Amino acid sequence: MRLVAGNSYLDSLLAGRPQRPAAFSSPALAWLTQLRANAVDRVGALTVPTTHDEEWRFTDISPLSKLSFQPVRTASPLQAADVERFYLAEATTRLVFVDGGYAPQLSSVARDLGVVVMNLSAAVSAHAAAIAPHLGRHTAFQDNVFAALNTAFLHDGALIVVPRDASVAAPVHLLFIATQKEAASYPRCLVVAESGSTVTVIEDYVALRDVAYFTNAVTEIALADNARVNHIRVQRDSDQAFHIANCAVSLAHASRYQSVSVALGARISRYNLNVRLAAEGAECAVDGLALIGGQQLADTHTLIDHAQPHGVSRQLHKCIVDGAAHAVFNGKIMVRPGAQRTDSSQSSRNLLLTGKARVDTKPQLEIFADDVKCAHGATVGQLDAEEVFYLRSRGLSDAAARNLLTYAFGAEIIDRIPIASLKRRLEQTVLEQTQSN
Amino acid sequence: MIYQDSKTLLEVRGLRATVNGVEILKGIDLTVRSGEVHAIMGPNGSGKSTFAKVLAGHTAYEVTGGEVAFEGKSLFELKPEERARAGVFLAFQYPIEIPGVANSQFLRLAYNTMQAQRGRDELDPLEFDDFVREKMKLLEMNPDFLDRSVNEGFSGGEKKRNEILQMALLEPRLAVLDETDSGLDIDALRVVAGGVNQLANKDNAVLLVTHYQRLLNYIVPDYVHVMESGRIVKTGDKALALELENRGYDWVSVEPRAAAGAAA
Repeated sequence: MRLVAGNSYLDSLLAGRPQRPAAFSSPALAWLTQLRANAVDRVGALTVPTTHDEEWRFTDISPLSKLSFQPVRTASPLQAADVERFYLAEATTRLVFVDGGYAPQLSSVARDLGVVVMNLSAAVSAHAAAIAPHLGRHTAFQDNVFAALNTAFLHDGALIVVPRDASVAAPVHLLFIATQKEAASYPRCLVVAESGSTVTVIEDYVALRDVAYFTNAVTEIALADNARVNHIRVQRDSDQAFHIANCAVSLAHASRYQSVSVALGARISRYNLNVRLAAEGAECAVDGLALIGGQQLADTHTLIDHAQPHGVSRQLHKCIVDGAAHAVFNGKIMVRPGAQRTDSSQSSRNLLLTGKARVDTKPQLEIFADDVKCAHGATVGQLDAEEVFYLRSRGLSDAAARNLLTYAFGAEIIDRIPIASLKRRLEQTVLEQTQSN
Repeated sequence: MIYQDSKTLLEVRGLRATVNGVEILKGIDLTVRSGEVHAIMGPNGSGKSTFAKVLAGHTAYEVTGGEVAFEGKSLFELKPEERARAGVFLAFQYPIEIPGVANSQFLRLAYNTMQAQRGRDELDPLEFDDFVREKMKLLEMNPDFLDRSVNEGFSGGEKKRNEILQMALLEPRLAVLDETDSGLDIDALRVVAGGVNQLANKDNAVLLVTHYQRLLNYIVPDYVHVMESGRIVKTGDKALALELENRGYDWVSVEPRAAAGAAA
């Protein structure tokens, strides 16, 4: 019964899918048409996961299938004035997508940037050589119905290609704006950092209205030898939204990936981040913060896959859970046979602000090499009584002490964002959301 | 220093306290007048640190008897933050690390809380920065410690300097220094003690809780009290501390260990 119900729901989602987009009609792009067709097939073969699936044990997404979502047919006619409050001073290069569709009038791309930053659907012909080896290759959709759905809808998206040894000083802002009730959008990002290149990318999800919609995003990031990518992800969707995202990162020799992801919005959100250290000497630092309240559920699943020797990974994930909200963290560290001298540490720290708040945290180490250094730990609790007393002994009221400590708990992650204006904005958000009285 | 006719700051009578149902303080009597430096010594487990924490209002301890008046007002009616604002300061034996809170932010928040209490102007971040840097010179502290998280990654000595820096900023009437000498090398001890000495005046008082006589070479007490089993069992002047250093604590014991052993 579950299978039938799941399929009919997926069919209804797929029904909104436009037939082969004109942009992909060239015979040279047959591979892209094939990719979409394969994805459609997988959607047909898969079902919407339930809490009976191990990967979704703690996250019941059945509320999603009680609502109907369709891609937006008529784009919202937004002007810069409607959305410029989301712009970041440091990011002069910006791609804006409204309900999934590219909005050139809101975007800003400098011509002499020396990198490719453009709408994916407009870039597929000219940049096929850079795109084809990566698009749909890092995020496996064979067994992932949401990645398959996104791929089935593949059209507009963000493409960033940083050429060999190029270094982009200013961050690139990818801004996804939701405006319409019951809209389904399928954001897609592809970042290709060629050897020795450096880039900072901000993937930012915002809402103009507090309504229910469905965002199903896929991001793929490929780092060639010695490349560096800084990836900041901010999910500040509407509190009624459903946000499902899959991000896959592949690291070549001595490349370095740093990411900070912050989840603030959505009624139910799920972020899968898979980082594969595919060659020797790769490094990643993967940090996250979920700050939720009310009835929100935020689920983060990460996999750091050490496939080759001398890899380094660092991870700090924090959740601040207020109200009757529910946070989930599943962090798997895989050290494959032969990935000797891997150095990995992971920490999951969770703060429950009420008796009804809940967190499920599950660090997982799977180590198949014998010469490795792996440390992990998880804590769940209320504020530390000794810290509260220390502040009170200096004259701060109990409420002021608790507010400061809660803020500080989140600020430790926000501090790792290297963009001052975004950091300030998020610190302000954390401040507002953690201050009682 | 002992002054004629100085007023009483702290009056402790028959103080009893428990932690987790176990009685640690079993009737403490102590009077501290302004201008005085008192040292409370005693073996491990005698209740010295508990006494310090009870004065500051630590929530883990339950007061089960007695009275403590601070400037004539019952301390037990005040919350920890109200005691701090009234002028009671505890320098922690193990200062707490608070990741994510910049030391400068913490110090300014505490300072401004006290300024507001005293009806004085609060300082904005720039004004405070100048002010606190001056105070840090007193303790030979590197200004870099302002930008770090509160006590996080500080060495033992740096944490103790940071405690005395807070004392310098908050200007308490009664400063209770809980084992401030522990974990300090001789240079740090000299600096920290020098800071305390500069802050001590005829209007405030210092209560030093210490296991060793060493600190008292630098901060000279007017009174030395010996605690044992939750009571003050002997009081003298600084010569008592030297005698304790030479002879240990056993000789002052009101319940000789041998006798206690025989009774058991």
